[in-house]
Amino acid sequence: MLVLGIETSTPQASVAIGSEQGIVASALVSRGASHNEFLLPAIRFCLDESGIGFRNLSGVAVSLGPGLFTGMRVGVATAKALAQSLSVPIVGMASLDLLAYEVRYTPKTICAVLDARREEVFHAFYRSSPGGIQRMSDYMVERPQQLVARIAAQTDDVLVVGNGAFVHREVFEELRAGVEIGTVSDAFPDARSLVELSLPRMFREDFDPLYQVRPLYLRSSARPIAWERIRGSRTA
Amino acid sequence: MADTVTAVRPEVRREPVGDWDEDTLVLGIETSCDETSAAVVKGGREILSNVIASQTDLHGEYGGVVPEIAARAHVEALTPAIAQALRDAEVTFWDLDAVAATLGPGLIGALLVGVAEAKAIAAVLEVPFVGVNHLEGHIYSNLLVHPEATFPAVALIISGGHTMVVDVADHGKYSLLGQTIDDAAGEAFDKVARFLGLGYPGGPEIDRLSLLGDAQAVAFPRAMADRPGFDVSYSGLKTAVINHVRSLEAAGRPVPVEDIAASFQQAVVDTQVAKTMAAVEHVGARRLLLCGGVAANSGLRSGLQRACEERGVALFVPPMSLCTDNAAMIAACGTAMLRRGLTTSLEASPDPNLPLAL
Ligand SMILES: [Zn+2]
Repeated sequence: MLVLGIETSTPQASVAIGSEQGIVASALVSRGASHNEFLLPAIRFCLDESGIGFRNLSGVAVSLGPGLFTGMRVGVATAKALAQSLSVPIVGMASLDLLAYEVRYTPKTICAVLDARREEVFHAFYRSSPGGIQRMSDYMVERPQQLVARIAAQTDDVLVVGNGAFVHREVFEELRAGVEIGTVSDAFPDARSLVELSLPRMFREDFDPLYQVRPLYLRSSARPIAWERIRGSRTA
Repeated sequence: MADTVTAVRPEVRREPVGDWDEDTLVLGIETSCDETSAAVVKGGREILSNVIASQTDLHGEYGGVVPEIAARAHVEALTPAIAQALRDAEVTFWDLDAVAATLGPGLIGALLVGVAEAKAIAAVLEVPFVGVNHLEGHIYSNLLVHPEATFPAVALIISGGHTMVVDVADHGKYSLLGQTIDDAAGEAFDKVARFLGLGYPGGPEIDRLSLLGDAQAVAFPRAMADRPGFDVSYSGLKTAVINHVRSLEAAGRPVPVEDIAASFQQAVVDTQVAKTMAAVEHVGARRLLLCGGVAANSGLRSGLQRACEERGVALFVPPMSLCTDNAAMIAACGTAMLRRGLTTSLEASPDPNLPLAL
């Protein structure tokens, strides 16, 4: 079963094609081209280099975020259109799950944290379980100081992974002994993990309904600003 | 490859590039603002389907389009809209010869959704992707319903986002004759409606109230009337309405909303008709193509109709469903571009400020 995975929710975008026998092709970029410019040429590259056609794909997996709104939308919109036009199932996974999955062999509690800009981070806590990871908290968006307080309150040792820990380094550096910060190579969710994590769901036929696949924003829509002036002018 | 490969989908149909005839089927996608639309157009002329999912209700409470709300709504609405467009047209993806989507101008987050989906579908089907200028698309809305609406012509593109008079020498050959130097006409309608407490969008409500009021009640300014050229300005008019209402309120006098709406609309119509007809006469055009959301305004339609009849100019106005943003016009324009050999790379990004190729 060949699955195409798309992860564009962070500054690093990646695509991968793989099956239960492993990843057959992957492409990744974290600077230069925008996610929108990168995505379809990267998919084409993976298909062409591995001798696979679109019509050989059995499913599409997409990272839903949380992450950067524009990046998430490019990935989700592309994945939905591919699944729709190919008539194959789609599976959506959370970016934070992918981050935690990449360090699943640790005995520590895993805290996946991504920079959310506006002085906030997206995060969730996990522990490893046989064959994968288990999420122990809701997906949340908070100030880094609030997350640091949560980590400090944990009784277990904690491994913090994701670019949130690097962007807000000065906040996370204050953490106690027993809290480890992951490496930069684990700092972003990766489409290869996405493909791997989606395969059990594909086999179980635990698909997402195509029309209901949407990014995991965790924040309400930005408030309007341009109309404040005219509204104010009436009451002024 | 050890993987089990199950190729169950139909073979890809390939047309030689450049072979675009009356049977060409183009899927159009439009997501530049607050309408999610997908359409299938045959031969650049025949609308097989034109599905429009409006988000107006989502933006109404804010009195204007909120970009983030629009972008989110497109992600949810576009996939079902495409499915519906194919169903209505009684075709499948594999019947399509090309995919056209609005590349700009518009809201960047909104445009990205349509462009991403269009590119993905084109890649899967191995058919060309065509990025279409939204304004150029509006011009083609007339070609979909009026066989006599051909080029050369002058086009008045008038909507919530744009107000421009364009000389169309031929397909893809445009020169800008005049435009608004500040607010778009539809924007002025929305802002005045909002100020008068008439809700959003404001155009239809002001149009309705205008029929009940006296258009001569208040002598609002006709900006730019004494200036050469074909540019218009609506910001001062909007301010004049606000000042007029304030002075009535300050004097403790009642505010006759119908009269103000009628007088405001008349000022817009007088200004736009005068400048548009001057532009038409300047280039000696025999056809005027009215398009964009404000083309639905009854005052503007009748004002232009009268002015065109006096001068022997043929006026073309699309039906309501093609005045507002829709994907059929994008598919039609995309088909015309394909005929000229124009396609767009799968690396292309939308451009929120995409200019009309001049
Ligand atoms: Zn428009």
